[in-house]
Amino acid sequence: MRIPILKLHNYLLVSIQTEIDDHTAIRFQEDLLDEIYKTESSGVVIDLTSVEFIDSFIAKVLGDVVAMSELMGAKVVLTGIQPAVAMTLIELGINLNHVPTALDLEQGLIKLHQELGV
Amino acid sequence: MEPQSCVTIQNEWDIVGARQLGREMAKDVGFSTVDQARIATAISELARNIYLYAEQGSIKFEIVQTEHHKAGLCLMAEDDGPGISDISEVLKDGFSTSGGLGSGLPGVRRLMDEFEIHSEVGKGTKITAIKWLK
Repeated sequence: MRIPILKLHNYLLVSIQTEIDDHTAIRFQEDLLDEIYKTESSGVVIDLTSVEFIDSFIAKVLGDVVAMSELMGAKVVLTGIQPAVAMTLIELGINLNHVPTALDLEQGLIKLHQELGV
Repeated sequence: MEPQSCVTIQNEWDIVGARQLGREMAKDVGFSTVDQARIATAISELARNIYLYAEQGSIKFEIVQTEHHKAGLCLMAEDDGPGISDISEVLKDGFSTSGGLGSGLPGVRRLMDEFEIHSEVGKGTKITAIKWLK
């Protein structure tokens, strides 16, 4: 299974709709970095509205992909984290402190616009 | 839904299978969305530990009830892997020998209501965790 990555102007949009297994998560990490490179995108929104839970592995992959993208020069915002997911992550001991987030896709795009100044 | 189920953990896809089954059982017992997420996450952490450290093992799920008719879901993760020499160490936040986040076992303890671990070096590890319905 592959997570689709859509291009919108100079941004990339990703909506994770299915339960992610470890392989899919790792492949997504590589695919997203490749896509940033190919499309020269300056911003990425990863929408997690449909994700019902995130364990420590998926959290690490997401946190890493944000750091990797920023190393390349693209800003990533995670959006739509559900209340149950937020509670579980904090109780698990994962705070994703350095990861930019927004309530939904719309707010995520606004945040990118503000931070990138375009 | 059977009151008891068991999933063998041998590869990464079994981790997904285990948490899906556990989540279904949690839903049947009547747990809230948040508790379902807590249980699914705890199963994921336990299953990944088995896969990473013991290569194979199993997770049993059982719907349990107290004398006062309080219902709960009990998870039993068992493997014949290398075992854990210092249990207090693996229950510390941030401890990891696999390059992970090190939030696995202490996280599971926080997500569930009851948590018990028995481990013998060279023989294996058995972890029992229960979540009670509020």
